[in-house]
Amino acid sequence: MTRDLIGVGAFALVVLGLVFASSSGVWLNFLMMVLYATLLAQAWNILGGFGGQFSFGHALFFGIGAYVQGIVQVQFGLNAWLALVLAIGVAAAGGAALGAITFRYGLKGSYFALVTLAFAEVFRILAVSVGFTGGGVGLMLPLKESAANLQFGSRHGFIVLMLGLVCAAFAVTAWLRHSRFGAQLQAVRDNEDAARAVGVDPYRTKLGAVVLSAAFMGAGGAFYLQVFQYIDPGIAFGPAVSVEALVGAIVGGMGTLWGPLAGALVLHLMAEGTRNLFGQLPGVNLVIYGALLVLIVMFMPRGLAGWVKRRG
Amino acid sequence: MNFEILFPSVLNGLTTGAVYALVALGLTLIYGVLHIINFAHGASLMVALYAVYWLKQRFGIDPYLALPLVVPGMFALGYVLQRGVINRASHGKDENILLVTLGLSIVLENLALMVFKSDTRSIETAYTLTTVPIGPAFIALPKLVAFGGALVASALLLLVVTKTDLGRAIRAVAKEKQGAKLMGIDVDHVYAMSFGIGLACLGAAACFLLPAYYVNPQVGSGFVLVAFTIVVLGGMGSFAGALAGGLLIGVVESLCGLYLGESLGQIGIFVIFIAVLLFRPQGLFGAKA
Repeated sequence: MTRDLIGVGAFALVVLGLVFASSSGVWLNFLMMVLYATLLAQAWNILGGFGGQFSFGHALFFGIGAYVQGIVQVQFGLNAWLALVLAIGVAAAGGAALGAITFRYGLKGSYFALVTLAFAEVFRILAVSVGFTGGGVGLMLPLKESAANLQFGSRHGFIVLMLGLVCAAFAVTAWLRHSRFGAQLQAVRDNEDAARAVGVDPYRTKLGAVVLSAAFMGAGGAFYLQVFQYIDPGIAFGPAVSVEALVGAIVGGMGTLWGPLAGALVLHLMAEGTRNLFGQLPGVNLVIYGALLVLIVMFMPRGLAGWVKRRG
Repeated sequence: MNFEILFPSVLNGLTTGAVYALVALGLTLIYGVLHIINFAHGASLMVALYAVYWLKQRFGIDPYLALPLVVPGMFALGYVLQRGVINRASHGKDENILLVTLGLSIVLENLALMVFKSDTRSIETAYTLTTVPIGPAFIALPKLVAFGGALVASALLLLVVTKTDLGRAIRAVAKEKQGAKLMGIDVDHVYAMSFGIGLACLGAAACFLLPAYYVNPQVGSGFVLVAFTIVVLGGMGSFAGALAGGLLIGVVESLCGLYLGESLGQIGIFVIFIAVLLFRPQGLFGAKA
């Protein structure tokens, strides 16, 4: 545990060094988006990697976080920092509700995956249809640039905020690796019947994991809104965010501490590289991205973390 | 709500549902029998739609006459994809199959974007605007043909799976992979055949769909979750269930659109899906596991 936390601390220092190494906008943006993707991947990893519950609909919690962050500011004039706390809380509550419904009925495997996808889709349609979300047009956050409003003048502020969230997610993951709860969660993942036989309550264990996972996902959604100051139902609850979270975790290595970081970094390098090389031709960069994804799975079936472990 | 409004709405739902059923028939074999979550199902449908479109624009081949070309073509594509890519890359792990099919769908969608650009395209045939009166309602002829096509396709599939050696092999592999292997069944070949048949269904669906529909690189994504819904609703691996489930979902969507407004039309589908998964995961027509 201590070693993991020292690693997280070292990681934070390295990132801080990188932030102030260059003030190029492209570089800072890249850094911010990698951290953001790491947060989503690590959030998914808590439930998917450590809990073995594959969600295809993690955008559900992302969208809840983003919309709560926006609605309480725009409609009720709440401070953005308070909104962030609220957004994380409501997303976690959403996780608890989803977990209570699905795990109580014992949904597993592909059934759980599909039901999460369906819930995200229901919320997407609702967000289009009801009034207070701004409907299909989306929700715009008025520009009020100041740190007190969580709208930083430069990327530095956002990166430091995101770094804090990512480190929190890493700390929780480290705790999962070494704590009693984490051991119970992994036991439920590996064999639910055996875990129950030795006195672990699979329902409560999985419920805890989905709440933690949803909280970080909600933080990711709230962060997205603060940075881009706009959200619409397709971005918030559409499949792209769910895919980004799960691909980062699986490519990096599920159930590991550093895998999601490795996955997010490699995927973003791949995306940036193909975009720079073939950006003028629509489609080419994504064809290569998709093909590389297949190749990574083909040659690194345990993700980057598993591949490194086998080599080293 | 009076009959004059309700009847056309139900009829319209039934014909839309028939197309959904065609898309779901392929998936019930791939997901319901072999338990492969095929994320590339929608993208494969899109490929088939472009094939039909291209045959019509380039060679003037009528979509219905394109059936003997597109169906075997999609079968071959499915066989090669499963045997050459999905099986080889997945190492038999569910999460890897998921990623591989996801990667494939990204590749296919963007290949289409490269070749055909992002424009939405449709074709014109002599019968596109022909309507047939049924009771107080009028129904587009292509939709009626699609309805008949769905019935024929599900009957054919049922025949293949219950009466042929291949069908027995598929069922054996689905039930007990190791046992089937020990009996001398080539499991990889059976998987690839099933995947091929699944995509062949999409080929048929595309031929029936295009005269009344359109195609763009993203067109498949709207069908994916609906198709999974139908497969689960009808009972995993049940062809009759997929047909009935497809028709039911079509009617639900149409009626929800009528009563709740256009934008909420699809919500009924997903609410039903969640309810079925929670309370009756074996499907409406499936036997209790």
